[in-house]
Amino acid sequence: MKKPIIKVQDLVTKFGDRVIHDHISFEIFEKEIFGILGGSGSGKSVLVKEIIMLLRPFSGKISIFGKDISTLSFKEAQELKRSWGVLFQFGALFTSLTVAQNIAMPLIEYTTLSKKQIEHIVAAKLELVGLKPFVASMYPSELSGGMIKRAALARALALDPKLLFLDEPTSGLDPVGARNFDKLIQELRDILDLTVVMITHDLDSIFTILDRMLLIADKKIAAYGTIKEVLASTHPFVEEFFKNDFVKKRYLKELNV
Amino acid sequence: MNYFEVKQKENQTLLICKGEWIIYKASSIEKEFKKLKLTFPLTIDVSSVNDFDSAGVIEFITIYKKLKAKGKIKVIGYNQKELELFKLLEPTIDIKLPHKKSFFLDDVGKAAIEGFKNFLLFLAFLGETFAKFFYSIKPKNFRYKEMVYHIYTSGVGALFIIALTSFLVGMVVAYQASVQLHKFGADIFIVDTIGISVTRELAPLITAIVVAGRSGSSYTAEIGAMKITEEINAMKSMGFDVYAFLVWPRILALVISLPLLTFFADIVGIYGGLIASKFELGISFSQFVERLYEVLKVKHYILGLIKTPVFAATIALIGCFRGFLVSDNTQSIGLQTTASVVNSIFLVIAFDALFSVIYTELGI
Ligand SMILES: Nc1ncnc2c1ncn2[C@@H]1O[C@H](COP(=O)(O)OP(=O)(O)OP(=O)(O)O)[C@@H](O)[C@H]1O
Ligand SMILES: [Mg+2]
Repeated sequence: MKKPIIKVQDLVTKFGDRVIHDHISFEIFEKEIFGILGGSGSGKSVLVKEIIMLLRPFSGKISIFGKDISTLSFKEAQELKRSWGVLFQFGALFTSLTVAQNIAMPLIEYTTLSKKQIEHIVAAKLELVGLKPFVASMYPSELSGGMIKRAALARALALDPKLLFLDEPTSGLDPVGARNFDKLIQELRDILDLTVVMITHDLDSIFTILDRMLLIADKKIAAYGTIKEVLASTHPFVEEFFKNDFVKKRYLKELNV
Repeated sequence: MNYFEVKQKENQTLLICKGEWIIYKASSIEKEFKKLKLTFPLTIDVSSVNDFDSAGVIEFITIYKKLKAKGKIKVIGYNQKELELFKLLEPTIDIKLPHKKSFFLDDVGKAAIEGFKNFLLFLAFLGETFAKFFYSIKPKNFRYKEMVYHIYTSGVGALFIIALTSFLVGMVVAYQASVQLHKFGADIFIVDTIGISVTRELAPLITAIVVAGRSGSSYTAEIGAMKITEEINAMKSMGFDVYAFLVWPRILALVISLPLLTFFADIVGIYGGLIASKFELGISFSQFVERLYEVLKVKHYILGLIKTPVFAATIALIGCFRGFLVSDNTQSIGLQTTASVVNSIFLVIAFDALFSVIYTELGI
């Protein structure tokens, strides 16, 4: 039996009177690539923000590494926050720092590494995410959308987190770049034993790298499990999302398995 | 030793790596490595490392390269994953990141050129603002809503703080003057002092300074943030003229509200002086008002008010200009906001001095 790293129970989210999540529960296991799917505005980003303690749910319980995050002390919370890396939907790089400084920031804050070591790590992370060395001295405003995504991923990876949250990592990348990104994430998971939670709309990512996934529709979980299990669902949203002609033609092989 | 162990075997040296090779330990590992005295040929055994991450492997690669340059080495005891990570990261170790070095004189030169450029840009901004005046106030193009909003936030919103500051200033001046005037037995002249200094100088100046701090800074921050989020570009792309949309409503709002605020500050400032005179010199309210009526000519009040539209335009222009100067990072919002307040307060005081000279020369 695999170990659940994140456990969400009976989560309810509200903004004012508007309910975003209505009693949803799920688990994310160690070393898997877990997808959060759903239409625009269905509450994917909000769900991740609740897990990483940026927003408080209205009710329900979220446990990470077996601990209820609402009862953590400040110190425990700081420690927990160091064990994950987050790639925000819009990058959220620090605009007044260069890319290299952005990546070095958590290293300088949380470790006692020497300048030389930090430089090596920054160079390695840049290379890993496919950015050229000259990007290091550029400012976020000088980067393209795809470069921002990559730089933000490099920053998320800086502290070698065990848990990685990615909000639409491949949106805004060119198709080749997106597939390389997928490959990279898979590679990192395999080599570094990461657990990856990613929000995505990208069908290629969904069919190729996700181990399990969760589909939010109508405030509830419309489908949950491996791609096979999700496709077996007859929920109207699943039908609409996966069983249209385009998907059928393109992913015929995967659909038949 | 926590991370290394050295053993001599026949004519071979065995370096055993052990412990956790993770990011939080990498600096200790490096320190320990520097203390090691090694001889070659050398065999590195990594089988006792019980945890590693990419930073640990990078540290290992650094060490490996250093040793390799010195003599014959061999690595044993790694598993498939460690090998993969090693292979993935090894090429990255020689990457040189570009560094921008800056020299003191460079910075001085750059700052000077920057200052000069900003001055030219300000002239261009002024020119363009005034060139767009008639376009912006055409009823079709005029942004009433924005202007009213800014009158409300910069004008009505400032009433309380202006009341407080001008009341206190009126009072302080009265207290200071009363000590001197009392020595000469010229108590009643306190009314002249208060009336004329408040209406001619203090109220316009204090009000302008408060407004520069409150509204000038907020204009810069608002426009600066709009620049960073590309709202300005969005407006331009839709053919909205930023001078009509952003600059003129703010200028006009301040030009309308600053005189009104100054009028208000006149009243409250004199009232502050009146209270202080009563307590310090025992001049009754009716005595004060009677004397005020005699000595405070309307001229003083008008000369004070004439200055305020100039102050208002200065504050609004500097505030907007500095907002447009914000470059693409959040830090520059702070820098420009500071510069905006400093510049506009300085210019307000400079203009005030200029007015004083003009009034004196004209003999009014
Ligand atoms: N701070 C907030 N206040 C009020 N409502 C909010 C807030 N943040 C998000 N929402 C609402 O919550 C819903 C879910 O937002 P969320 O950002 O999670 O969408 P999403 O599923 O990530 O969509 P997308 O795929 O477009 O990124 C939206 O309808 C949004 O209007
Ligand atoms: Mg989102």
